[in-house]
Amino acid sequence: MADLIPLSGIVDLTPDEKQPRLWLQVMHDWIVTVDHKKIGLMYIAASLMFFAVGGIEVLLMRIQLAKPESKFLSPEQYNQLFTLHGTTMIFFVAMPILFGFGNYLVPLMIGARDMAFPRLNAYSFWIYLFGASLLYYSILGGKGVFGGSGIPDVGWFAYAPLTENGFSQGNGSDYWALGIFITGIGTIGTALNITATTICMRCKGMKLSRMPLYVWLMLVTSVMALAAIPPLSAAQIMLVLDRHLGAHFFDTQAGGSAVIWAHFFWIFGHPEVYILVMPAFAFANEIIPVFSRKAIFGYPAMVAASVGIAFISFTVWAHHMFTVGMSAVANTAFVLSTMVIAVPTGIKIFNWLATIWGGKVRFTVPMLFCIGFLFQFTIAGLTGIMLGVAPFNWQLHNSYFVVAHFHYVILGGIFFCLFGAFYYWFPKMTGRMMDETLGKWHFWMFVLGFHLTFDFMHIPGLLGMPREIYTYEPGHHWAIWNMIVTIGAFVQAIAVLIFVFNLVRSHFKGKLAGNDPWDAWTLEWATTSPPPSYNFASEPTVRSRRPLWDLKHPEEPDWEYELGTENEMAAK
Amino acid sequence: MTTIPFTYDVKDDPWVLPYRGTVGMWCLILAESAMFLIFVVAYIFYLGKSLSGPTPKEVLKLPIFDTICLLSSSLTIHLSVTQFQKSSRKGFIGWLAATVLLGIIFLLGTAKEWNDLIFKHDFTIHTSLFGATFYSLVGLHATHVAIGLLMLSIVLVLGLLDKVGEEQTHRFHALSMYWHFVDAVWVVVFLVVYVIGR
Repeated sequence: MADLIPLSGIVDLTPDEKQPRLWLQVMHDWIVTVDHKKIGLMYIAASLMFFAVGGIEVLLMRIQLAKPESKFLSPEQYNQLFTLHGTTMIFFVAMPILFGFGNYLVPLMIGARDMAFPRLNAYSFWIYLFGASLLYYSILGGKGVFGGSGIPDVGWFAYAPLTENGFSQGNGSDYWALGIFITGIGTIGTALNITATTICMRCKGMKLSRMPLYVWLMLVTSVMALAAIPPLSAAQIMLVLDRHLGAHFFDTQAGGSAVIWAHFFWIFGHPEVYILVMPAFAFANEIIPVFSRKAIFGYPAMVAASVGIAFISFTVWAHHMFTVGMSAVANTAFVLSTMVIAVPTGIKIFNWLATIWGGKVRFTVPMLFCIGFLFQFTIAGLTGIMLGVAPFNWQLHNSYFVVAHFHYVILGGIFFCLFGAFYYWFPKMTGRMMDETLGKWHFWMFVLGFHLTFDFMHIPGLLGMPREIYTYEPGHHWAIWNMIVTIGAFVQAIAVLIFVFNLVRSHFKGKLAGNDPWDAWTLEWATTSPPPSYNFASEPTVRSRRPLWDLKHPEEPDWEYELGTENEMAAK
Repeated sequence: MTTIPFTYDVKDDPWVLPYRGTVGMWCLILAESAMFLIFVVAYIFYLGKSLSGPTPKEVLKLPIFDTICLLSSSLTIHLSVTQFQKSSRKGFIGWLAATVLLGIIFLLGTAKEWNDLIFKHDFTIHTSLFGATFYSLVGLHATHVAIGLLMLSIVLVLGLLDKVGEEQTHRFHALSMYWHFVDAVWVVVFLVVYVIGR
């Protein structure tokens, strides 16, 4: 796919002078870089590495659970594995990879040359990598004073009082608290940076009402992260004070409360779900319109729904805690707020459908992943509403039904959009297309594996199988479902291997992409692929939400049609 | 350099966006507020729930002098910024020095309070829930005062060496926002710990 139009704007046409460089120089460049694109790529690479680690952990767990009374793993190893898997996938994979894409794309989309604070950006990345390495150092690190495990084994939510000295005698809980605390600093730094970048670095004419929805949603995500991560950090400080200075925050024997840890954790934990899903929505907001050949339906409603979700997401946390014995009033309040948050999310789903409706849909791999996302995220939302009803929740809390629900959200929703984003922006990042055939294999294998695993995982949950158990007895009718789930997990692993193979192969042998392979409309496609370190040779000026459309269609530019801006007034 | 232009003939309305340091500082203040909020909630939640040890009324004294010092330092830093914007070097350095001095008095007051609590009343973070919540909340605030003092002192030293110029106005203003925030947090801590909690 060559460029459809000769004009692609803001491109420096002077040919590059390529000089052979030493391997050491290249490494040095990456380590000292403050370029948002290189930092974004390092985020993505590090997250993919941890994705492989977290994936291997879950495969080991699935082998253990495939049949009843299996001896493949010891109970201790199993506890460590599910703790590492959950912590890794949320803190070291999902969040950094989504912020990594944000790092790469936000300055390009708003026509800026870099982030607002490039050095803070580099710091945030390296501190994240340090925190993640610290947690994994626990495997090599010391055993703690009483010979207890050095590897965290308290679950990704680390419920008190299991983390207190009496129950967690090794250093596992310390590695968990400090590792996550340190990556939290990196997340706060990145969130601050993206917020300041979107507010202060937009190119001329890029008013808030003209920002690409991707940038809008990253702004909302970042502000949410700024308010949601510090409560977790505060709770982790309290935990470390408890463990090392003898404070009593979560020490039930000194009057401390275990429930308040759960409150503090979920005040972080629920907004966190939306911090993860909002960038996924953001990918869909860019990919679906481009492959439906239509402008996004309901731009202002999309922005309003995102801001609405951000606010409401801070009021629903205790729906993770219906079984701790809150008052009926509190239960009712959290049931209602949980129902309310489904409304703006539903608005988004309808807007995407309306965008596809009547469009000339191109079923490329990114679009396939986004359509998969629409189906699966809707189902995930429906089981979410079921679990949001307190009496239903009392029955199924901490069962495999819950595990199936949130994997539906994170894998079926967030990761589908994320894979779509890889296929969509890989040409921009490397200058080469990813292979469509392999991409379709990846998509269909992943859909098959995903549904084998997580559709059938609901059933043992309904049959009463609790989560976080290392094995089970035969005779509960759980065994057959667990076997199917395990088979599905391996199908997904094969799909991911195809994806990784495609990434590597396309990087070296993929078709040359050109500046704008998808005939897209946002500013990142106006520069070369990959973009030069300064992004744009001259600062662009925009007059509508789709600057490249205006450039390609001077006879009917967007600013004559866009509603709700002063353009409309001017047109009249 | 050959480039393809990508600009339209738009009417030249001024395109002014906020200073990134100011926005960054607001973000930091949002994050810090969320963190302090959790410590304040923990303090209020655990009020009167200690199983042993002294009550707040028995050991805490109202730190009125320290509070006056810290709150008036908000005024002095404001004056310092105003003088800086007016390019009055003398006023800027004078008021900044006053701010640093007031901050140090406040920290010394906290140090004395903690010294008395630990050595006279044998009251530590280990004593009870009250100890845990008190030392963590007041300590977190004092840490913020100390960090603010460090940064203000750096500006003071640079100012004395005459190394601060016009172009630093925005930065100095962002720093003063941080200091105002630390003072505002003290108002909350004072009310919760020494007025309501006592």
